[in-house]
Amino acid sequence: MKPVLTFRGKTASFKMEKRMVWRLALLLAAVLCACVLGPSLGNKIIHPIEVIQIMFGTGTGGDYFIINNSRLPRTLVSLLVGAALGVSGVILQGVVRNPLAAPDIIGITGGASVAAIAFLTYAAGSSVGIKWLPVAAITGALLMSILLYVLAWKKGVTPIRLVLIGIGIAAIMSAGTTFMIVASSSVAAGQAYLWLTGSIYGASWEDIYIMFPVVFLLTPFALVFSKSLNAQQFGDDTAEGLGVRMQRDRFTLLFISVVLAGTAVAVVGAIGFVGLIAPHIARVLVGRTFGGLITASALVGALLLFAADVTARTIFYPIDVPAGVFTAGVGAPFFLYLLYRNRNQL
Amino acid sequence: MKAVLMKKRIRFCLIFILFLLSFAASIVFGQTSITLEQALSSFHSYDETSTEHIVIQSNRLPRAVIATIVGASLAVAGAFMQALTRNPLASPSIFGINQGAIFFVVIGVVFLSVSSLVSLMGLAFLGAAVAAMVVYFLGSIGRDGLTPVKMVLAGAAISALFQSYTQGILVLDEAGLQDVLFWLAGSVSGRTFEMLLPVLPFMGAAIIIALCMGKAINLLVTGDDVAKGMGQHVAELKGTMGIIVVILAGSAVAVVGAVGFIGLVVPHIARFFAGSDYRLLLPFSALIGAVLLVSADVLARLIIMPQEVPIGVMTAIVGGPFFVYIARKGVSSR
Repeated sequence: MKPVLTFRGKTASFKMEKRMVWRLALLLAAVLCACVLGPSLGNKIIHPIEVIQIMFGTGTGGDYFIINNSRLPRTLVSLLVGAALGVSGVILQGVVRNPLAAPDIIGITGGASVAAIAFLTYAAGSSVGIKWLPVAAITGALLMSILLYVLAWKKGVTPIRLVLIGIGIAAIMSAGTTFMIVASSSVAAGQAYLWLTGSIYGASWEDIYIMFPVVFLLTPFALVFSKSLNAQQFGDDTAEGLGVRMQRDRFTLLFISVVLAGTAVAVVGAIGFVGLIAPHIARVLVGRTFGGLITASALVGALLLFAADVTARTIFYPIDVPAGVFTAGVGAPFFLYLLYRNRNQL
Repeated sequence: MKAVLMKKRIRFCLIFILFLLSFAASIVFGQTSITLEQALSSFHSYDETSTEHIVIQSNRLPRAVIATIVGASLAVAGAFMQALTRNPLASPSIFGINQGAIFFVVIGVVFLSVSSLVSLMGLAFLGAAVAAMVVYFLGSIGRDGLTPVKMVLAGAAISALFQSYTQGILVLDEAGLQDVLFWLAGSVSGRTFEMLLPVLPFMGAAIIIALCMGKAINLLVTGDDVAKGMGQHVAELKGTMGIIVVILAGSAVAVVGAVGFIGLVVPHIARFFAGSDYRLLLPFSALIGAVLLVSADVLARLIIMPQEVPIGVMTAIVGGPFFVYIARKGVSSR
């Protein structure tokens, strides 16, 4: 028996392994370090102490502008988006019970991209404000996942059909985005293309105001369902026997996953593979029970995207490589490795 | 038996007429409207001062011919891959061949400053071959051999991998982007005969050899053991087919860039008309592939005139739903 901490409340109680608590604390500490480290790294390295002073409003130097307007929002956005993608991925993998599922592979990101590009090219110029872009992206992601679910349904949904059809839909979606970019005016096309590359360049505080509530409301909401997710891993029948309301829980969980991925895509564009990798790293760190796994996946996702973004903007300075290039460059080989490991199950 | 064959011959002729119609449409329709008489007279009495004649000979005709040859090549490559893997989802774009070829070409342009068309073609072949081999290998490992899911997933991952590296290189080197941009888009517009000529001998030879292999493939698809028992050299045959696939798909990418789904869709349509006998299936595939790509090109020109949709987009909009349909219909999990 591993050392376990027990928490008892009036209406709920839960247990956590001590080891897991420690590791989560370490991950959280790493994320906090990233908050300071991110703004201090760059073309001009600013001392971390000065960064902290500026963050708490007591700093004075001329670096205030760089930190407050560029590097700090960028760091926070990368962390928040990474967390959203990490949670989205871990939920998706749990629901479809397949380690290869991820929002970008089964076309959810593609749906969000099409909706966002359609919004940028057809609606943004008119009276509708750019602030509705996230709504458009989330709607796109939702419609996409409903379509996917319907198409994959044939006396039930098997994970394999879900993945195959998702890949087909992803191809159609990418054709759709290309079509709209080609067919639209050059100004809108430029804007759309910039957005599609998936870069955190030009992150602003508005992005944080969108991401922050979504991540910090939906992640706890997902944690509420972690017991149900744990039960679902034994298969539909067993889970129902254990008292899980399968259809309701599955739908809610997918909804959370889609909204998280959709918002992330709306803010930074189509950054791939974070939602695939983060859950796997998290699983190695804290094990397979979903309570800790969701939290760990959020933290790992945040750190991954943060690392990708810092690398992207420092190594090739003055060129700002889109972070999506790095996440895919690392993520795709990892995906191939997963494929190799699961070679006997597919 | 004879009646059935006759029926299929008639079908072949009908499709051929369809091909002639689409080819004529490709020459006639477009931004400059051209009549059929003008088109004909540009062949027998070419007039240098006539805008229409110049448009036909320097623009419309090359792209119609290129679409024909590329469409036929991709379709035959797809039919070969589906026979080789015994898998209805196999096709050049699913195997990541497009992105592989593009990645190698971009490397050649940016790092090795390759500029001659012939060496770029060589690089495209190499990229196509590498991608195809990696995906085939990754799809085949494991207890159950080549399953559709593993193959599709490996192809998707390899595509994403090459695509991200290509993007990264192009972000770092904008001059390189200018050189290859026309080529990434996947389009037959602005392609001239000079771009087709270096690969034409390879493509032509590969298609002709492919069409002659129908009988051998009929035996192959009954199963490796049966084919071996009948005295077929299975390994050699598979190797030859692999080389032909790489030549056809690689040179198609080299000429027009990334055009997907033709190789996936066409063999299925051809099977509907020709049955499963590869002696008929292969010529049907080639012809239908040509019809599809030529008409896709015409549509791509007309939909948002005066602009053009990249032809790769057109084929994906038609081919994507088809992929979903096949995946839904009956790719068993094994």
